[in-house]
Amino acid sequence: MKKAKTKTNAKAQASAKAQANTKAHAKKKTKAARSPKITLRLNGKKAAVAAPPMKRLLDTLREDLGLTGTKEGCGEGECGACTVLVDGAAVNSCLVASCQVDGCDVQTVEGMARGNAKVAARLHRLQRAFLEHGAAQCGICTPGMLMAALALPKRATLDEIRAGLAGNLCRCTGYMKIYDAVAQFLDGERR
Amino acid sequence: MIAAAGIDVLQPRHLKDALIMLRVAADEGRPLVPLAGGTDLFVTLNAGQKPAARYLDLWRLDKLRGVEALGRRRLAFGGLATFTDSIESKAVQKRLPILVDAARQVGGVQIQNRGTLAGNIENGSPAADGVPVLMAADARVVLRSLDDERAVPLAEYYTGYRKTVRRPDELIVRIEVDVPEGGQRFEKVGTRAAQAISKVVMAAVGHRVAFGSVAPIIVRAHKLEAYLAAGGRDIGEAQRLVAEDVTPIDDVRSTAEYRRRVVANLVAAWVPSLDKRTATR
Repeated sequence: MKKAKTKTNAKAQASAKAQANTKAHAKKKTKAARSPKITLRLNGKKAAVAAPPMKRLLDTLREDLGLTGTKEGCGEGECGACTVLVDGAAVNSCLVASCQVDGCDVQTVEGMARGNAKVAARLHRLQRAFLEHGAAQCGICTPGMLMAALALPKRATLDEIRAGLAGNLCRCTGYMKIYDAVAQFLDGERR
Repeated sequence: MIAAAGIDVLQPRHLKDALIMLRVAADEGRPLVPLAGGTDLFVTLNAGQKPAARYLDLWRLDKLRGVEALGRRRLAFGGLATFTDSIESKAVQKRLPILVDAARQVGGVQIQNRGTLAGNIENGSPAADGVPVLMAADARVVLRSLDDERAVPLAEYYTGYRKTVRRPDELIVRIEVDVPEGGQRFEKVGTRAAQAISKVVMAAVGHRVAFGSVAPIIVRAHKLEAYLAAGGRDIGEAQRLVAEDVTPIDDVRSTAEYRRRVVANLVAAWVPSLDKRTATR
Protein backbone atom coordinates (compact mmCIF):
# COMPACT_ATOMS: atom_id res chain seq x y z
CA MET A 1 0.00 0.00 0.00
CA LYS A 2 1.87 3.02 -1.23
CA LYS A 3 0.75 6.60 -1.05
CA ALA A 4 -0.12 8.07 -4.39
CA LYS A 5 2.81 9.41 -6.29
CA THR A 6 1.37 12.86 -6.15
CA LYS A 7 1.28 16.11 -7.99
CA THR A 8 2.01 17.32 -11.41
CA ASN A 9 5.18 15.52 -12.37
CA ALA A 10 3.98 12.03 -11.74
CA LYS A 11 0.59 13.01 -13.05
CA ALA A 12 1.96 14.28 -16.36
CA GLN A 13 4.20 11.27 -16.70
CA ALA A 14 1.38 8.93 -16.01
CA SER A 15 -0.97 10.41 -18.52
CA ALA A 16 1.71 10.73 -21.22
CA LYS A 17 2.77 7.17 -20.71
CA ALA A 18 -0.82 6.09 -20.58
CA GLN A 19 -1.59 7.77 -23.87
CA ALA A 20 1.35 6.06 -25.51
CA ASN A 21 0.77 2.69 -23.98
CA THR A 22 -2.88 2.26 -23.36
CA LYS A 23 -4.06 0.57 -26.52
CA ALA A 24 -1.11 -1.75 -27.01
CA HIS A 25 -0.92 -2.41 -23.31
CA ALA A 26 -4.56 -3.27 -22.90
CA LYS A 27 -4.56 -5.45 -26.01
CA LYS A 28 -1.56 -7.41 -24.80
CA LYS A 29 -3.03 -7.88 -21.34
CA THR A 30 -6.41 -8.87 -22.70
CA LYS A 31 -4.84 -11.57 -24.78
CA ALA A 32 -2.77 -12.83 -21.89
CA ALA A 33 -5.79 -12.90 -19.63
CA ARG A 34 -7.72 -15.06 -22.07
CA SER A 35 -5.13 -17.79 -21.89
CA PRO A 36 -7.12 -20.56 -20.28
CA LYS A 37 -4.33 -22.55 -18.65
CA ILE A 38 -4.27 -22.53 -14.88
CA THR A 39 -1.44 -24.12 -12.94
CA LEU A 40 -1.70 -24.88 -9.27
CA ARG A 41 -0.59 -27.22 -6.53
CA LEU A 42 -3.50 -29.54 -5.99
CA ASN A 43 -3.38 -31.77 -2.93
CA GLY A 44 0.38 -31.46 -2.87
CA LYS A 45 0.98 -32.23 -6.53
CA LYS A 46 1.50 -29.96 -9.50
CA ALA A 47 -1.54 -29.71 -11.70
CA ALA A 48 -2.55 -27.79 -14.80
CA VAL A 49 -5.98 -27.34 -16.25
CA ALA A 50 -7.51 -25.39 -19.10
CA ALA A 51 -10.63 -23.63 -17.87
CA PRO A 52 -12.46 -20.39 -18.61
CA PRO A 53 -11.20 -17.80 -16.12
CA MET A 54 -14.59 -17.14 -14.53
CA LYS A 55 -15.54 -20.79 -14.24
CA ARG A 56 -16.22 -21.54 -10.59
CA LEU A 57 -13.37 -23.34 -8.87
CA LEU A 58 -16.02 -25.85 -7.74
CA ASP A 59 -16.86 -26.75 -11.34
CA THR A 60 -13.24 -26.85 -12.47
CA LEU A 61 -12.44 -29.26 -9.64
CA ARG A 62 -15.41 -31.52 -10.33
CA GLU A 63 -15.63 -31.41 -14.12
CA ASP A 64 -12.12 -30.79 -15.35
CA LEU A 65 -9.98 -32.27 -12.61
CA GLY A 66 -12.28 -35.18 -11.77
CA LEU A 67 -12.38 -34.39 -8.06
CA THR A 68 -16.04 -34.84 -7.20
CA GLY A 69 -15.48 -35.04 -3.44
CA THR A 70 -16.19 -31.32 -3.23
CA LYS A 71 -19.97 -30.87 -3.20
CA GLU A 72 -22.29 -28.13 -4.31
CA GLY A 73 -25.00 -27.26 -1.81
CA CYS A 74 -26.50 -23.82 -2.20
CA GLY A 75 -24.24 -22.17 -4.76
CA GLU A 76 -24.36 -18.87 -2.91
CA GLY A 77 -21.87 -19.09 -0.07
CA GLU A 78 -24.34 -20.02 2.67
CA CYS A 79 -23.83 -23.73 3.24
CA GLY A 80 -20.09 -24.40 3.02
CA ALA A 81 -20.48 -27.81 1.33
CA CYS A 82 -18.04 -26.71 -1.37
CA THR A 83 -15.35 -25.60 1.09
CA VAL A 84 -11.76 -26.16 -0.01
CA LEU A 85 -8.50 -24.67 1.21
CA VAL A 86 -6.71 -22.11 -0.96
CA ASP A 87 -3.24 -21.38 0.39
CA GLY A 88 -4.42 -22.87 3.67
CA ALA A 89 -7.52 -20.68 4.05
CA ALA A 90 -11.05 -22.07 3.87
CA VAL A 91 -13.05 -20.66 0.95
CA ASN A 92 -16.34 -21.44 -0.74
CA SER A 93 -15.27 -22.86 -4.10
CA CYS A 94 -18.64 -21.88 -5.60
CA LEU A 95 -17.64 -18.22 -5.16
CA VAL A 96 -14.07 -18.38 -6.42
CA ALA A 97 -13.07 -17.73 -10.03
CA SER A 98 -10.79 -20.47 -11.32
CA CYS A 99 -8.36 -17.87 -12.62
CA GLN A 100 -7.87 -16.64 -9.07
CA VAL A 101 -6.21 -19.88 -7.94
CA ASP A 102 -3.54 -19.77 -10.64
CA GLY A 103 -0.27 -20.36 -8.79
CA CYS A 104 -2.05 -21.24 -5.53
CA ASP A 105 -2.01 -24.28 -3.28
CA VAL A 106 -5.44 -25.93 -3.30
CA GLN A 107 -6.48 -28.71 -0.96
CA THR A 108 -9.63 -30.76 -1.36
CA VAL A 109 -11.05 -33.68 0.61
CA GLU A 110 -9.34 -36.08 -1.82
CA GLY A 111 -5.99 -34.97 -0.42
CA MET A 112 -6.76 -36.21 3.09
CA ALA A 113 -6.57 -40.01 3.03
CA ARG A 114 -3.40 -41.84 2.05
CA GLY A 115 -3.78 -44.25 -0.86
CA ASN A 116 -6.88 -46.41 -0.84
CA ALA A 117 -9.40 -44.55 1.28
CA LYS A 118 -11.53 -47.68 1.69
CA VAL A 119 -9.04 -48.85 4.28
CA ALA A 120 -9.93 -47.06 7.49
CA ALA A 121 -6.33 -47.07 8.71
CA ARG A 122 -5.36 -44.89 5.77
CA LEU A 123 -7.91 -42.24 6.47
CA HIS A 124 -6.79 -38.91 7.82
CA ARG A 125 -7.11 -38.72 11.60
CA LEU A 126 -9.86 -36.15 11.27
CA GLN A 127 -11.80 -38.47 8.97
CA ARG A 128 -11.36 -41.32 11.44
CA ALA A 129 -12.68 -39.08 14.22
CA PHE A 130 -15.76 -38.37 12.09
CA LEU A 131 -16.28 -42.12 11.63
CA GLU A 132 -15.84 -42.89 15.32
CA HIS A 133 -18.24 -40.19 16.44
CA GLY A 134 -20.88 -40.78 13.79
CA ALA A 135 -20.37 -37.22 12.63
CA ALA A 136 -21.83 -37.89 9.18
CA GLN A 137 -25.31 -38.94 8.18
CA CYS A 138 -26.33 -38.06 4.63
CA GLY A 139 -22.76 -36.93 4.08
CA ILE A 140 -23.14 -34.04 1.69
CA CYS A 141 -21.79 -31.51 4.17
CA THR A 142 -18.95 -33.79 5.27
CA PRO A 143 -16.21 -32.85 2.78
CA GLY A 144 -16.81 -29.16 3.50
CA MET A 145 -16.91 -29.77 7.25
CA LEU A 146 -13.61 -31.65 7.05
CA MET A 147 -11.92 -28.90 5.08
CA ALA A 148 -13.22 -26.11 7.33
CA ALA A 149 -12.12 -28.09 10.40
CA LEU A 150 -8.63 -28.56 8.94
CA ALA A 151 -8.25 -24.79 8.79
CA LEU A 152 -8.97 -24.37 12.52
CA PRO A 153 -6.12 -23.38 14.82
CA LYS A 154 -4.81 -26.37 16.78
CA ARG A 155 -5.73 -24.70 20.07
CA ALA A 156 -9.31 -23.92 19.08
CA THR A 157 -11.79 -24.00 21.97
CA LEU A 158 -15.31 -25.36 21.53
CA ASP A 159 -16.55 -21.81 20.87
CA GLU A 160 -13.85 -21.34 18.26
CA ILE A 161 -14.77 -24.65 16.65
CA ARG A 162 -18.39 -23.47 16.48
CA ALA A 163 -17.35 -20.13 14.97
CA GLY A 164 -14.95 -21.81 12.54
CA LEU A 165 -17.70 -24.14 11.33
CA ALA A 166 -20.50 -21.54 11.40
CA GLY A 167 -20.28 -21.30 7.62
CA ASN A 168 -20.98 -25.02 7.21
CA LEU A 169 -24.57 -26.18 7.45
CA CYS A 170 -25.56 -29.73 8.37
CA ARG A 171 -29.23 -30.69 8.30
CA CYS A 172 -28.81 -34.18 9.78
CA THR A 173 -26.52 -34.37 12.77
CA GLY A 174 -27.47 -31.40 14.90
CA TYR A 175 -23.75 -30.53 14.89
CA MET A 176 -22.82 -32.01 18.28
CA LYS A 177 -21.23 -35.16 16.86
CA ILE A 178 -19.30 -33.02 14.43
CA TYR A 179 -17.99 -30.74 17.19
CA ASP A 180 -17.06 -33.81 19.25
CA ALA A 181 -15.13 -35.32 16.34
CA VAL A 182 -13.30 -32.09 15.61
CA ALA A 183 -12.51 -31.53 19.29
CA GLN A 184 -11.08 -35.03 19.58
CA PHE A 185 -8.99 -34.54 16.47
CA LEU A 186 -7.59 -31.21 17.67
CA ASP A 187 -6.91 -32.69 21.08
CA GLY A 188 -4.86 -35.42 19.40
CA GLU A 189 -3.00 -32.85 17.30
CA ARG A 190 -1.94 -30.96 20.42
CA ARG A 191 -0.32 -33.99 22.01
CA MET B 1 -23.76 -23.27 -13.38
CA ILE B 2 -22.74 -20.14 -15.13
CA ALA B 3 -21.79 -19.70 -18.73
CA ALA B 4 -18.25 -18.87 -17.74
CA ALA B 5 -16.78 -19.33 -21.18
CA GLY B 6 -18.18 -16.06 -22.49
CA ILE B 7 -16.88 -13.88 -19.70
CA ASP B 8 -13.76 -11.80 -20.17
CA VAL B 9 -11.38 -11.23 -17.28
CA LEU B 10 -8.33 -9.01 -17.21
CA GLN B 11 -5.73 -9.92 -14.59
CA PRO B 12 -3.24 -7.13 -14.01
CA ARG B 13 -0.30 -7.68 -11.68
CA HIS B 14 0.36 -4.03 -10.99
CA LEU B 15 -1.96 -1.27 -9.85
CA LYS B 16 -0.80 0.99 -12.65
CA ASP B 17 -1.80 -1.61 -15.23
CA ALA B 18 -5.18 -2.01 -13.57
CA LEU B 19 -5.77 1.74 -13.73
CA ILE B 20 -4.77 1.83 -17.40
CA MET B 21 -7.19 -0.99 -18.15
CA LEU B 22 -10.01 0.77 -16.31
CA ARG B 23 -9.31 3.98 -18.22
CA VAL B 24 -9.21 2.31 -21.63
CA ALA B 25 -12.37 0.36 -20.95
CA ALA B 26 -14.15 3.47 -19.67
CA ASP B 27 -13.07 5.44 -22.74
CA GLU B 28 -14.39 2.67 -24.96
CA GLY B 29 -17.70 2.84 -23.15
CA ARG B 30 -17.40 -0.75 -21.91
CA PRO B 31 -16.47 -0.31 -18.25
CA LEU B 32 -14.78 -3.15 -16.41
CA VAL B 33 -16.35 -4.47 -13.23
CA PRO B 34 -13.73 -4.83 -10.48
CA LEU B 35 -13.60 -8.34 -9.00
CA ALA B 36 -11.99 -8.93 -5.59
CA GLY B 37 -12.97 -11.91 -3.42
CA GLY B 38 -16.06 -12.59 -5.52
CA THR B 39 -18.31 -13.36 -2.57
CA ASP B 40 -21.07 -11.02 -3.73
CA LEU B 41 -20.37 -11.15 -7.43
CA PHE B 42 -20.53 -14.92 -7.82
CA VAL B 43 -23.82 -15.08 -5.96
CA THR B 44 -25.44 -13.00 -8.71
CA LEU B 45 -23.55 -14.87 -11.43
CA ASN B 46 -24.61 -18.24 -10.02
CA ALA B 47 -28.20 -17.05 -9.78
CA GLY B 48 -28.11 -16.45 -13.53
CA GLN B 49 -28.57 -12.73 -13.19
CA LYS B 50 -26.98 -11.16 -16.20
CA PRO B 51 -23.27 -10.71 -15.64
CA ALA B 52 -21.45 -7.69 -16.88
CA ALA B 53 -19.44 -8.72 -19.89
CA ARG B 54 -15.96 -7.96 -18.57
CA TYR B 55 -14.23 -8.10 -15.23
CA LEU B 56 -11.03 -6.74 -13.78
CA ASP B 57 -9.55 -9.25 -11.36
CA LEU B 58 -7.79 -7.34 -8.58
CA TRP B 59 -6.68 -10.38 -6.59
CA ARG B 60 -3.06 -10.21 -7.78
CA LEU B 61 -2.54 -6.61 -6.72
CA ASP B 62 -0.64 -7.49 -3.56
CA LYS B 63 0.10 -3.86 -2.74
CA LEU B 64 -3.58 -3.41 -1.90
CA ARG B 65 -3.53 -6.07 0.80
CA GLY B 66 -3.52 -5.64 4.54
CA VAL B 67 -4.27 -3.08 7.22
CA GLU B 68 -1.89 -0.36 8.38
CA ALA B 69 -1.97 1.54 11.66
CA LEU B 70 -0.78 5.13 11.45
CA GLY B 71 -0.36 7.48 14.37
CA ARG B 72 -2.56 6.95 17.40
CA ARG B 73 -5.97 6.75 15.83
CA ARG B 74 -5.64 6.15 12.10
CA LEU B 75 -6.27 2.90 10.28
CA ALA B 76 -5.67 2.43 6.56
CA PHE B 77 -7.28 -0.58 4.96
CA GLY B 78 -5.92 -1.64 1.59
CA GLY B 79 -8.35 -2.06 -1.26
CA LEU B 80 -8.04 -5.84 -0.86
CA ALA B 81 -8.07 -5.97 2.96
CA THR B 82 -10.40 -8.81 3.91
CA PHE B 83 -12.71 -9.23 6.89
CA THR B 84 -10.24 -11.80 8.22
CA ASP B 85 -7.46 -9.19 7.98
CA SER B 86 -9.56 -6.88 10.18
CA ILE B 87 -10.39 -9.66 12.66
CA GLU B 88 -6.71 -10.60 13.02
CA SER B 89 -5.30 -7.06 13.13
CA LYS B 90 -4.21 -6.01 16.62
CA ALA B 91 -4.57 -2.37 15.58
CA VAL B 92 -8.18 -2.85 14.50
CA GLN B 93 -8.96 -4.84 17.65
CA LYS B 94 -7.65 -1.95 19.70
CA ARG B 95 -8.87 1.08 17.77
CA LEU B 96 -12.08 -0.03 16.13
CA PRO B 97 -13.17 -3.21 17.91
CA ILE B 98 -16.73 -2.96 16.55
CA LEU B 99 -15.30 -3.58 13.09
CA VAL B 100 -13.98 -6.90 14.40
CA ASP B 101 -17.45 -7.65 15.80
CA ALA B 102 -19.05 -6.83 12.46
CA ALA B 103 -16.46 -8.77 10.44
CA ARG B 104 -17.04 -11.88 12.54
CA GLN B 105 -20.72 -11.72 11.64
CA VAL B 106 -20.20 -11.44 7.89
CA GLY B 107 -21.06 -14.89 6.55
CA GLY B 108 -18.82 -17.70 7.80
CA VAL B 109 -15.03 -17.96 7.87
CA GLN B 110 -15.03 -18.82 4.17
CA ILE B 111 -16.67 -15.49 3.30
CA GLN B 112 -14.51 -13.56 5.77
CA ASN B 113 -11.38 -14.97 4.12
CA ARG B 114 -12.36 -13.67 0.68
CA GLY B 115 -14.70 -10.75 1.21
CA THR B 116 -13.06 -7.32 1.26
CA LEU B 117 -14.09 -4.08 2.97
CA ALA B 118 -13.78 -2.24 -0.34
CA GLY B 119 -16.03 -4.82 -1.99
CA ASN B 120 -18.51 -4.50 0.85
CA ILE B 121 -18.58 -0.75 0.19
CA GLU B 122 -18.65 -0.82 -3.61
CA ASN B 123 -21.23 -3.59 -3.86
CA GLY B 124 -23.58 -1.05 -2.32
CA SER B 125 -25.88 -3.43 -0.49
CA PRO B 126 -28.01 -1.55 2.06
CA ALA B 127 -27.59 -4.63 4.29
CA ALA B 128 -23.76 -4.59 4.31
CA ASP B 129 -22.45 -5.24 7.83
CA GLY B 130 -19.03 -3.61 7.57
CA VAL B 131 -20.22 -0.36 6.03
CA PRO B 132 -22.24 1.05 8.99
CA VAL B 133 -19.21 0.63 11.24
CA LEU B 134 -16.90 2.43 8.82
CA MET B 135 -19.51 5.12 8.20
CA ALA B 136 -20.04 5.76 11.92
CA ALA B 137 -16.25 6.06 12.25
CA ASP B 138 -16.12 8.79 9.56
CA ALA B 139 -14.18 6.61 7.10
CA ARG B 140 -12.94 8.03 3.81
CA VAL B 141 -12.91 6.03 0.60
CA VAL B 142 -9.75 6.71 -1.41
CA LEU B 143 -10.44 6.43 -5.13
CA ARG B 144 -7.58 6.41 -7.58
CA SER B 145 -7.60 6.80 -11.33
CA LEU B 146 -4.68 6.91 -13.72
CA ASP B 147 -3.99 10.57 -13.06
CA ASP B 148 -5.75 11.47 -9.85
CA GLU B 149 -6.57 10.40 -6.34
CA ARG B 150 -9.43 11.66 -4.21
CA ALA B 151 -10.84 10.83 -0.80
CA VAL B 152 -14.62 10.72 -0.46
CA PRO B 153 -16.30 10.56 2.95
CA LEU B 154 -18.10 7.20 3.09
CA ALA B 155 -21.20 9.04 4.30
CA GLU B 156 -21.28 10.78 0.89
CA TYR B 157 -20.28 7.75 -1.18
CA TYR B 158 -23.75 6.49 -2.12
CA THR B 159 -26.01 8.37 -4.50
CA GLY B 160 -28.83 5.83 -4.53
CA TYR B 161 -29.64 2.13 -4.25
CA ARG B 162 -26.39 0.35 -5.20
CA LYS B 163 -25.13 3.55 -6.84
CA THR B 164 -21.85 5.14 -5.83
CA VAL B 165 -19.77 8.16 -6.78
CA ARG B 166 -17.02 5.95 -8.20
CA ARG B 167 -16.30 6.74 -11.83
CA PRO B 168 -15.71 3.77 -14.16
CA ASP B 169 -12.01 4.62 -14.40
CA GLU B 170 -11.53 4.70 -10.64
CA LEU B 171 -10.65 2.02 -8.13
CA ILE B 172 -10.94 1.93 -4.34
CA VAL B 173 -7.30 1.66 -3.33
CA ARG B 174 -7.64 2.45 0.35
CA ILE B 175 -10.11 3.12 3.13
CA GLU B 176 -8.88 5.50 5.80
CA VAL B 177 -10.32 5.96 9.24
CA ASP B 178 -9.30 8.39 11.97
CA VAL B 179 -11.26 6.68 14.69
CA PRO B 180 -13.22 9.35 16.61
CA GLU B 181 -13.22 9.42 20.39
CA GLY B 182 -16.07 7.84 22.26
CA GLY B 183 -17.72 4.55 23.09
CA GLN B 184 -18.35 2.08 20.30
CA ARG B 185 -21.38 -0.09 19.74
CA PHE B 186 -22.38 -2.59 17.06
CA GLU B 187 -25.73 -4.35 16.88
CA LYS B 188 -26.78 -6.73 14.15
CA VAL B 189 -30.32 -8.03 14.22
CA GLY B 190 -30.73 -11.04 11.97
CA THR B 191 -32.39 -14.44 11.90
CA ARG B 192 -29.38 -16.23 13.39
CA ALA B 193 -25.89 -15.33 14.54
CA ALA B 194 -23.94 -16.61 11.54
CA GLN B 195 -24.74 -16.61 7.84
CA ALA B 196 -27.69 -14.28 8.13
CA ILE B 197 -28.32 -11.12 6.17
CA SER B 198 -29.29 -8.30 8.50
CA LYS B 199 -32.80 -7.09 9.23
CA VAL B 200 -31.31 -4.06 10.97
CA VAL B 201 -27.70 -3.07 11.70
CA MET B 202 -26.62 -0.23 13.96
CA ALA B 203 -23.07 1.01 14.48
CA ALA B 204 -22.09 3.90 16.73
CA VAL B 205 -18.84 5.67 17.57
CA GLY B 206 -19.34 8.41 20.16
CA HIS B 207 -22.57 10.11 19.11
CA ARG B 208 -22.04 9.21 15.44
CA VAL B 209 -24.44 6.52 14.39
CA ALA B 210 -25.16 4.67 11.15
CA PHE B 211 -27.90 2.21 10.25
CA GLY B 212 -28.05 -0.57 7.66
CA SER B 213 -31.06 -2.32 6.09
CA VAL B 214 -33.41 0.57 6.86
CA ALA B 215 -33.07 2.67 3.70
CA PRO B 216 -32.00 2.22 0.05
CA ILE B 217 -28.46 2.94 1.23
CA ILE B 218 -26.60 2.71 4.52
CA VAL B 219 -27.35 5.99 6.31
CA ARG B 220 -26.03 8.21 9.05
CA ALA B 221 -28.80 9.30 11.40
CA HIS B 222 -28.13 13.02 11.07
CA LYS B 223 -31.12 14.31 13.03
CA LEU B 224 -30.50 11.96 15.91
CA GLU B 225 -26.80 12.79 15.91
CA ALA B 226 -27.44 16.56 16.00
CA TYR B 227 -29.75 16.09 18.99
CA LEU B 228 -27.25 13.93 20.85
CA ALA B 229 -24.31 16.20 19.99
CA ALA B 230 -26.23 19.10 21.53
CA GLY B 231 -26.55 17.12 24.73
CA GLY B 232 -30.07 15.75 24.24
CA ARG B 233 -30.60 12.48 26.06
CA ASP B 234 -34.38 12.05 26.15
CA ILE B 235 -35.08 8.60 24.78
CA GLY B 236 -38.54 9.41 23.43
CA GLU B 237 -37.21 12.39 21.50
CA ALA B 238 -34.22 10.36 20.24
CA GLN B 239 -36.62 7.69 18.96
CA ARG B 240 -38.84 10.28 17.30
CA LEU B 241 -35.84 11.80 15.51
CA VAL B 242 -34.30 8.55 14.36
CA ALA B 243 -37.64 7.59 12.84
CA GLU B 244 -37.18 10.56 10.53
CA ASP B 245 -33.66 9.44 9.62
CA VAL B 246 -34.64 5.98 8.36
CA THR B 247 -36.99 4.85 5.58
CA PRO B 248 -37.34 1.08 5.89
CA ILE B 249 -39.38 -1.08 3.52
CA ASP B 250 -41.07 -4.50 3.60
CA ASP B 251 -38.92 -7.13 1.92
CA VAL B 252 -38.10 -10.86 2.07
CA ARG B 253 -36.21 -10.51 5.33
CA SER B 254 -38.51 -8.32 7.37
CA THR B 255 -41.18 -5.65 7.42
CA ALA B 256 -40.89 -1.88 7.58
CA GLU B 257 -42.88 -1.84 10.81
CA TYR B 258 -40.62 -4.37 12.51
CA ARG B 259 -37.53 -2.49 11.39
CA ARG B 260 -38.85 0.82 12.75
CA ARG B 261 -39.57 -0.81 16.06
CA VAL B 262 -36.14 -2.44 16.25
CA VAL B 263 -34.38 0.82 15.35
CA ALA B 264 -36.28 2.56 18.18
CA ASN B 265 -35.39 -0.23 20.61
CA LEU B 266 -31.71 -0.16 19.65
CA VAL B 267 -31.63 3.60 20.18
CA ALA B 268 -33.33 3.25 23.56
CA ALA B 269 -30.73 0.71 24.64
CA TRP B 270 -27.82 2.77 23.32
CA VAL B 271 -28.53 6.38 24.33
CA PRO B 272 -28.25 5.90 28.12
CA SER B 273 -24.77 4.40 27.65
CA LEU B 274 -23.48 7.44 25.76
CA ASP B 275 -22.07 9.30 28.73
CA LYS B 276 -20.49 6.34 30.45
CA ARG B 277 -16.74 6.51 30.38
CA THR B 278 -16.08 2.96 29.32
CA ALA B 279 -16.77 1.81 25.81
CA THR B 280 -20.06 0.01 25.57
CA ARG B 281 -19.91 -2.96 23.32
